[in-house]
This record gives sequence, structure tokens and C-alpha cells, in this order.
Amino acid sequence: MSDNVGSIVGINGNLITVKFDNPVTQSEVGYARTGETALKAEVIRIRGENAELQVFEDTTGLKVGDPVEFSGNLLAVELGPGLLAQVFDGLQNPLPKLAEQCGFFLQRGTYLKALDREKKWTYTPRARKGDELTAGDTLGTVPEGIFEHRIMVPFRLTGKWRVEEAAAAGSYNVDHVVARLRNERGDIRPVTMVQEWPVKVPIKAYAERKRPVEPLVTKVRIIDTFFPVARGGVYCIPGPFGAGKTVLQQITSRHADVDIVLVAACGERAGEVVETLREFPELTDPRTGKSLMERTMIICNTSSMPVAAREASVYTAVTICEYYRQMGLNVLLLADSTSRWAQALREMSGRLEEIPGEEAFPAYLESVIAAFYERGGVVKLKDGTTGSVTIGGTVSPAGGNFDEPVTQATLKVVGAFHGLNRERSDARRYPAIHPLDSWSKYPGVVDEQQVADARRVLRQGNEVSQMMKVVGEEGTSIEDFVVYLKSEFLDAAYLQQDSFHDVDGATSADRQKYVFAKIHGILVAKVFFPDKDAARKWFLQLTSVTKDWNRVAMDAAEFKQLEQRIDAMLAEVSENA
Amino acid sequence: MHKVYHRIEQIAGNVITVRAAGVMNGELAQVVGTLGTSLAQVIRLDRDKVFLQVFAGSRGISTDGQVRFLGHKMDISFTDALLGRVFNGSGQPRDNGPDLDENRIAIGGPSVNPAKRIIPRKMVRTGIPMIDVFNSLVESQKLPIFAAAGEPYNELLARIALQAEVDIIILGGMGLKHDDYLQFRDTLEAHGALARSILFIHTAADPTVECQMVPDISLAVAEQFALQNKRVLVLLTDMTSFADALKEIAITMEQIPSNRGYPGDLYSQLAARYEKAVDFEGAGSITILAVTTMPGDDVTHPVPDNTGYITEGQFYLRNGRIEPFGSLSRLKQQVNGKTRADHRTVMNTMIQLYASYKETLEKQSMGFRMSAWDNKLLKYGERFEKEMMDLTVNIPLEAALDLGWQIMADCFEPEETGISSKLTATFWPKKTA
Repeated sequence: MSDNVGSIVGINGNLITVKFDNPVTQSEVGYARTGETALKAEVIRIRGENAELQVFEDTTGLKVGDPVEFSGNLLAVELGPGLLAQVFDGLQNPLPKLAEQCGFFLQRGTYLKALDREKKWTYTPRARKGDELTAGDTLGTVPEGIFEHRIMVPFRLTGKWRVEEAAAAGSYNVDHVVARLRNERGDIRPVTMVQEWPVKVPIKAYAERKRPVEPLVTKVRIIDTFFPVARGGVYCIPGPFGAGKTVLQQITSRHADVDIVLVAACGERAGEVVETLREFPELTDPRTGKSLMERTMIICNTSSMPVAAREASVYTAVTICEYYRQMGLNVLLLADSTSRWAQALREMSGRLEEIPGEEAFPAYLESVIAAFYERGGVVKLKDGTTGSVTIGGTVSPAGGNFDEPVTQATLKVVGAFHGLNRERSDARRYPAIHPLDSWSKYPGVVDEQQVADARRVLRQGNEVSQMMKVVGEEGTSIEDFVVYLKSEFLDAAYLQQDSFHDVDGATSADRQKYVFAKIHGILVAKVFFPDKDAARKWFLQLTSVTKDWNRVAMDAAEFKQLEQRIDAMLAEVSENA
Repeated sequence: MHKVYHRIEQIAGNVITVRAAGVMNGELAQVVGTLGTSLAQVIRLDRDKVFLQVFAGSRGISTDGQVRFLGHKMDISFTDALLGRVFNGSGQPRDNGPDLDENRIAIGGPSVNPAKRIIPRKMVRTGIPMIDVFNSLVESQKLPIFAAAGEPYNELLARIALQAEVDIIILGGMGLKHDDYLQFRDTLEAHGALARSILFIHTAADPTVECQMVPDISLAVAEQFALQNKRVLVLLTDMTSFADALKEIAITMEQIPSNRGYPGDLYSQLAARYEKAVDFEGAGSITILAVTTMPGDDVTHPVPDNTGYITEGQFYLRNGRIEPFGSLSRLKQQVNGKTRADHRTVMNTMIQLYASYKETLEKQSMGFRMSAWDNKLLKYGERFEKEMMDLTVNIPLEAALDLGWQIMADCFEPEETGISSKLTATFWPKKTA
């Protein structure tokens, strides 16, 4: 318990004004006491003798004069073995444990340790007595699910530290001291398997940052082929409601080719989290054969949970990602939705009576968003291995209009933009990523030249279709009409994907290369038809065969048969026929 | 403890300010004005200044009016005696029945732990084909009805309430016309459903602050029934009035507006209510159907827009019918796979054909020649609108599916519908002639 206590002088929603006597630190955590309950809060502004704190809970019942204890610590998370497969709220309270304790409802002021204190871990020491180490170096390992979890020198230790004492191999709980370290000045630090780290500060215990160039395969064709994401890259998915943002995130969380996926449900529907929560333990991860939950973590601060914790939740999430990155793992953070977090900023900014920027968002919105996405990246660790944090954030623009401040601020800092489109989703063309408006700066899995050709077909097809709206089908030449049909074929047979189908829903990189080469062949082939009806009929049939082709496994006999049928169809209408 | 304060420093809109000590945030108070006594709630504290919003409005409150703090938060009595009763937005009877005072429960309680929710699996049958067949309503779903003013949304709500297989109906009326309220009550009574209903009614003539309380009070009661293993259907009409009440208070409190005058926390405020929809693990459920009128029929207006991001789909009510395009039940996949083998196929095929009908209509209006196929579509579209979309149609799901097959069979050959031959072999009606 801290002896730095202030007292409340004002309450406005979840913002409290506190008069203090001893020094307070910007962004430190305080606890507002009402009766037996202590509500967690964070200092966000200091003016004269008053500090303003955002409370992470409902402030009903607080009174002027109630005490607030300042902890002296910044908002931090616990890092250690046992985070995987867990479900936390935005402040890292384990929700299932909270349910055991409090029942159906989230009782305010109840804070539990993130990590299980009883569980024993099989510890294998790696550092020996006398070794000289720096922050982030490995002291030993414990197996956590399918991974080797590194117990590292705490990131906050600066300078060089010599191992004075190292625990032998054995079975310990997380609070067991596994090493004692001593620095040049003679300070001695006992190190356990748990360390704390302030969420708003990036972990930098690595050798260097590298450029993200290796593709991250999501098995969604339109993404991997046309708008790829790189490991350690950052991308955003803006879209109006009902366009499929969340489904796309869920699909990605299942199939993405990374070691660990962290789903941060920030201010969204609880029902969607429940689906992940209940279904993932039942699904198998094709990479490991184990349950998908073993590589997944969920941070959920759904829309009805306290607003201030929503902002904390994205930082909690990215900090945990960075921690696993330090073990040489590839981690994917899926944040749904960053707009809700921006709205939380806006609410606080309004209560602080700051001068509003566009649409009443605070003026610092852009820099906050930029700083968050900058925490993604590929790093070379001190032991030479690499790890990465990839961040994919959805954006929910008001009215589906991408000109709003959150979308625009996000677009400035991401490397790929998957813009979801209402017309496409209304036409049931899923995933509803717009093939002409979206972009990516990352390298993809498919030959670049082929993709460029396909993009040209899409663009030209779109032009023809615009023209046809004016002059009608009769006024369009058959050459133009075929270009249009080709672009529609590419859309229907490749860009669209049935995410609920076992085979079609997940297309591996190899399969994408193979299938796309075939499709490319069709797009560039010179094809001839007697009239437009014949052309339409042929393309409709080709689309249906190709769709069937997408739905059979690559090693099935039918795969070859359908491919031969496509070849035969193409030969019928080609020049040489 | 209950000290009385006599000096009201400021009266602005429905918010009054007094100087007082030891007051809790969210505490209730009684304010006596020349027009009578009203409840008020603390919404902001600044040193010894206490800001209260007065439920009955500030009209008639004088600077020397009495303010007595009650030492507790907004609450409502929860007993089975609530059933069949009508209350106003602050929980007082408006049906001349007795006051209820036992077992008081707080309103606006904490949210449900996501770990205690389960994936919804049970369909709510309504007898309306446009819902049952095309966008099934699922227990614990939160679903708004988007409609322009003048659409028969209240009639639709009343019908769903009467036909849905639920244990308890709670109606939260916000900004209702008095006639509409009476009509709701009479309809429920006429069908003998009033005994399992509770009505919390704010009419357009009542004070704004009470409008703001209606969803909380309705949902707090719903939650208690759900915990007692009851299946509760909450009807809220109209949530745009609720949002407007929020706007009014926010502006009075000099908050910086974000979009068209609405406060920056509109999304959170709406979500806090809608997210009360729940299927408890090991207890009952709450399903929320809410009307959101769209000012100017504009879905990008902040209220429908924010709502769409929160709810699990939406029904568009247009020209007295539920629009098949745009309407969506995000949870329908959870239930429509196990109703009948042909459910999903009928759903998809009929909508695709209806979309083609719409294209044909467009062609027709532009004066293009109608082909034989076009004529079939025209025949189909008319029958679809008359026999499926019309809101007076009231048949169970199975009968609606059979009717769907019949309409298709009367208009098309089986292979023209694109339905797999396996299904047409079983379900395609045999020609009677």
C-alpha cells in the first residue's frame, strides 16, 4: 500500500480530479477508494495541485473527499509463462477466473493476477553462473504449450549484469527466483519467471529492427496475391458495418502463418469474442495438430466494458506481443476495432475540455495512432534469431466514409490497406476488399508480373462496365466485352472466396501460385467468340468449373480432372483452335 | 443523514446545481419545486458543487427549492408483481396501480463477463416469413429495426412480441405518442399477453431525462428475470429518441459535440444498453429488438450508423415491408442450418431470384423488351412481394418454406432456379394439373 494519498475534488463521468500533496508522476496508476472497493485509475493530466485521473471502472458511488492512493507505478502488465490460451480483459484480468470469483457480472474493483501462481513449470537453465548478460538475454526456458518460453533478463535492467546464482533445473512456480544478477555497481537483483513492463513503452531489448519483407500467408487469396501483408508489417481494414471486418479477422486468426495470434477485441461485440472463446479450443491448428487455442490469446474489452480500459487494452495486447517476439516468435496482433479506441480517446479529451480537432477527436490522435502501429516490426534479437509483431487493425469509419480522421491517420502509417466496400458486400462478393482501391507495399507470394497483368484486367474491366452503363451492351465492342467478362471471371473465381468452406476457405501459398498461374493464362489468352451471348455463356461455365476447382483438395484426383477441363475449355476458344 | 439543501445556485436545462458535501456520484435526490416533487440524479461533482439532472425537468423549480439526497443510486423494485404493470421512466406506476417498494435492484449494472456467455443456438419464431426464413431471429440477439418515420414499426414490434415464444416481454417506450402507447397496451391486452408483460413508457410529453432512463430500467428488470432462467424479450422503441435525450443533456452540460450535435460517447452509451442482450451460461436470456428511426431515411445518420456497428444485424422496414436487401441477421447461420434441410437453399435462391426481378423491373421501366425469362421473373416478384414480404402474412417457418417452393414451382422450371437436383427431387412440388 502506498502512503502517497490524495483526495477527490471533482468527478465527471470516469474522470476524477484529485488534490495531492506529495509528488505524482504523469501516467502513474492510482486507486480511488470507495468503501471496500478500490478502483484503478491512471493519471492523464496534472495542473497545479490537482491531478486528473481516468478511472478504468464505473465511478458511481465515489464522493468528493474520497481518498486516492498513488502507486508510483505506470500501468503495467505481467509477463511470464502462462499467458497463452488465456482470456484477459483490457487490464489483464483473467476473465474465466473472474467469473469463478464474481459470477455472471464483471464486478468493479476486482483485480486478479494475470498469471497462475500455483502452476509449476519445468525450468531448464541456460545461463550459467558467471555469465555476463544484458536485458532480454535468456536465463532459462520452460515449455509452454508448443513453444519454448524463454525466461529473460528483465527488460527494465540497464547495463551489464553477471549471474551470481542460477537455479538448477526443476519444477517451479512463476514466483520462484531462478537467478540472482549483479551489476558493476554491486546491485543485486533476484529474477523470477515474471516481470512487469509498462504497457505504453515499447520493449526495445533487441539488436536491431529490420525491414519487413517476408510475406505472412493468411490463406485469403485476395490478400496474399493482391494486397499482401508482411511478417512484421502493419495493415488496416476499414469498412462500414456489415462489410465483414470481423469475419475477415476471425478467418485470419485461424489460418495466418504465424506462431502466435493475439486477438484484441476492443470495444466490439461480446458475442464475437464468445465465438472465438468457445470455438477455438475445438478447432485444430493444421500446423501443429494441437488445439488452435494453444497459440491464441484474447484480450477483450467489449463495447459495454469501461471505456478507459478500452484504450489500455490495445497497449496491453501489443506489449504481450512484443514479449513473445523477444523469444524469436512471429506474433500477429489483430485489433478490432481501433476506431473504438480512438473514440475512447475522444471521450476523455472531451471531459478534459481540450480544444477539439476534426470531428471532436483530439489533436494528438494521429501521433497516438502512429506510435501504436510503429510497435509492429521485425527485429533481430541479441542472440541472432528474429522475431516479429504484425499488427492488423480494423477501422470502423462513421457512415462508412473513409475520409474521417481515424481512417486517414491510420492510412498514413500502415503498409497495406484492405478497404472493405459496401457495394461488394451487398453483392455478396466476399471478402469484400475493394480490388481497385486497396493497396499494399509488401511483397506477395505470387509472381509480380502476373499480378500486374491481372490488375490491368480488373481496371480495364471496370472501365468497360462503367461505359456499358451508358451505352448498353449493344454499344460495346466484343473485344471490350471480353475484357469485362475476364475481370468478372477473375473476381468470381479467384478474388471471391467462401470462408466457411473447408477447402476454399484456406488457400495455401503454393496453391495460390499454381492456381493464379492458370488464371493468369486465361486472362492473357486471346479468345474468340462469335457473339456476346456465346462469350457470356463460356465465361459463366468457366467460372463455375473454376469455382468447383477451388473447392477440391489439391491432392484429390478431381483436382487434375477439373484442371484438364479448364484447359480443354480454353483450347476450344483460343486462337489456335 | 438525509440533509435538506435549500439553495439552488444554477438551473440550466434540466440540470440544477447545489452546494453540498458527502454526495456520491450517481446518487439520487428528491427535488421539491412549485409543480411537485421529482427525483434527480447526481451526474457531476466539482468540489462542493453538485450537478443534478431532474427527472421531471426543471420547470417550476425555484432557487430556494428543496433538495434532499437519498443516499442510494437509481433503483427499482423487482418482484413478480411487476408483470402486467405500466411504469414511467423513473419507475413510478402510470397505471393507477400500487407503488412497489420491495427488493430494490440497482439499474445500469456492470456488464456480463464474456466468459459466462454462450454462443446463441435457439431460434425465436415470429411467424413472419421475412424474419423466420430470410433473417432468423436468434435468442439473445440484439437487432434494430431501421425505419423512416411513418413506417409501421410499432405494429411490427407488437406482432413479434405477441408471437415470439418467450416467457416475458418488456416494452421500453421512449418518446412514444400517447396513442401509440395505448395501442401497444390494448394490443397486448387483447391477445392476453399483458399478464406476462411489463411496460416502461416515456411519452413524448414526458420529461426528457425519464426518456434516458427507460432502456436502463427495462434492461435491469430483464436481467433479473433472465437470471431466474426466464427467456426475456425486450422491445425498445424508439432508440433515436433515447439518443436525442442524451444529446440534449450533453449540450446542457456544455460537452463538446462530436457529430451532428451528438456526444462523443454515443457509441459507448448505445453499446452499454444493447450489450445487455445475453444468453447466460446456465440461466435465461435477453433478446433485444429496438426501433431506430432514421431521420431523413439516412442510414449514415449517427444514430443508425453507431447502432449498426453494435447490433447483430438490422431489419430495414421500408414501404411497410421488411427489405430483403440490407436486412441482415448476423446470427442466422447459428440456427438456420438445423431447421430444415432446404432452409438455407430456399433463403438464398428466393433472394437471388428477387434480385433478378428487381433488375428486370429496372429494364422494364427503361422500356427494354421483356424476354420470356423476364416475364417469369415479373410473375415471381409480384407473388413474392404479396405472399412473402407482406407483413400481414402470418405462417410458421415450415409453411413458409413450403410456400416458397410453391411460388418457385408456379413460376419456374426446377433447373432455372439453380437449386441442386438433390433438393428439387425432394422438395419441388409435383404438378397438380
